[in-house]
Amino acid sequence: MIDVASVVRLAPQARLRFDRLRQQHMLLYPERGLVLSPTAADVVALLDETRAVAAIVEQMVAKYGESNRAAIAEDVLELLRDLAGRGLLAEVTS
Amino acid sequence: MTPERPYTLVAELTYRCPLQCVYCSNPIELHRHRDELDTAAWVRIVEEAEALGVVQLNLTGGEPLLRDDLEHIIAAARRREIYTNLITSAVPLTRERLAALQDAGLDAVQISLQDSTPAGSEAIAGVDRFDAKMAAAEWTTSLGLPLTINVVLHRDNLGRVGEFIALAEQLRAHRVELANTQYLGWALANRAKLLPTRSQLGHARELADQARARLRGKMEVLFVLPDYYADRPRACMDGWARRFIVVAPDGLVLPCHAAHTLPGFDFPRATEHSLHHAWHEAEAFQRFRGEAWMPEPCRSCDKRHVDFGGCRCQAFHLTGDVTATDPACDLAPQHGIVEDARRDADVTPPAAYRYRSLRVVR
Repeated sequence: MIDVASVVRLAPQARLRFDRLRQQHMLLYPERGLVLSPTAADVVALLDETRAVAAIVEQMVAKYGESNRAAIAEDVLELLRDLAGRGLLAEVTS
Repeated sequence: MTPERPYTLVAELTYRCPLQCVYCSNPIELHRHRDELDTAAWVRIVEEAEALGVVQLNLTGGEPLLRDDLEHIIAAARRREIYTNLITSAVPLTRERLAALQDAGLDAVQISLQDSTPAGSEAIAGVDRFDAKMAAAEWTTSLGLPLTINVVLHRDNLGRVGEFIALAEQLRAHRVELANTQYLGWALANRAKLLPTRSQLGHARELADQARARLRGKMEVLFVLPDYYADRPRACMDGWARRFIVVAPDGLVLPCHAAHTLPGFDFPRATEHSLHHAWHEAEAFQRFRGEAWMPEPCRSCDKRHVDFGGCRCQAFHLTGDVTATDPACDLAPQHGIVEDARRDADVTPPAAYRYRSLRVVR
């Protein structure tokens, strides 16, 4: 189970792309795709290289404000666990 | 209401295939489809599809590897940031060709297995190419491409679902699709021999459920029931002309790969019209979109947003009426057709398969 101490990156089969038609980000993988909210797209963009979950939370706090820290940490973990369940996250250590 | 966009272009590059599978979804009357589009036409189709909203490309057939211009089509898709999936029997493949396709921008590979042994594969495909498929699966993962293993299930191989899952794990697949035959095309011609019994299905489904829980996050395990046993129809193509756009080898633009078996339609040609025209304006794409076409009991059914009225091709091929409620639905007036087929499955099936062939047998 992924937690703040985990170190993760995006699995190689997943690709982030911007959808011009609806001005949104999509995460594409074999024969499927997910529409990402703007904040989810921010998190996924940080998964291009190996990062600690705690470091991802810090980057999101820097962008969306210290006052939202608890909610941000919760949302980041929820998203990463969802991606991991779909096999879209490479967990380097935990 | 016109859906905003298709998400996936299904490019049927050719109906030629080295295999002769008895459940092939290609049309039985293949002789009508000899003329294949050229490279320039496919490149234009890919570009038009992306402008229309397509983000996924499924290269299929027949056997797409028989096109020697596959690299050019893949490269065109990559230039437009489309995610490209090769849906293949993997039979005419070398490691060098696969590496070249990857260099061109191929994103993922789906390899079909007919069975877990060479003899079992030959009984379905007419030829034994099992070892070639194993080698191709190994090249796929060693090159770093995601691998899906696809097995079409029927009464003669349902008992080996456990073996298929173990084989997919051993091949380091990202996904295994265990999909029961849909009874159209060659599979409908061979239905009496292919349709499983309810108890066979229950056992196989249980094994798939256990594997899915055990492998979550490592390998996705997909199990698709045959709609003859599902009580409610499947959401064929996620609804008529709703998410998928199909182009046949000769350029016919279709809402599903079997739609040209339906009478009374004038499907547009990619050689004469843009995909934009086909999607937004062609009458054939409008006909079963949304709910206005639906008869009762679909029209007032609370599941109409889930199954979109089922499969139009199945409705036509089983009842002769393209607007009929899909007989797979247990609320359909003609559900008895499916009940009769299920009853026959409990009786000994006929001895011989009818193999897919490019020659028309009447």
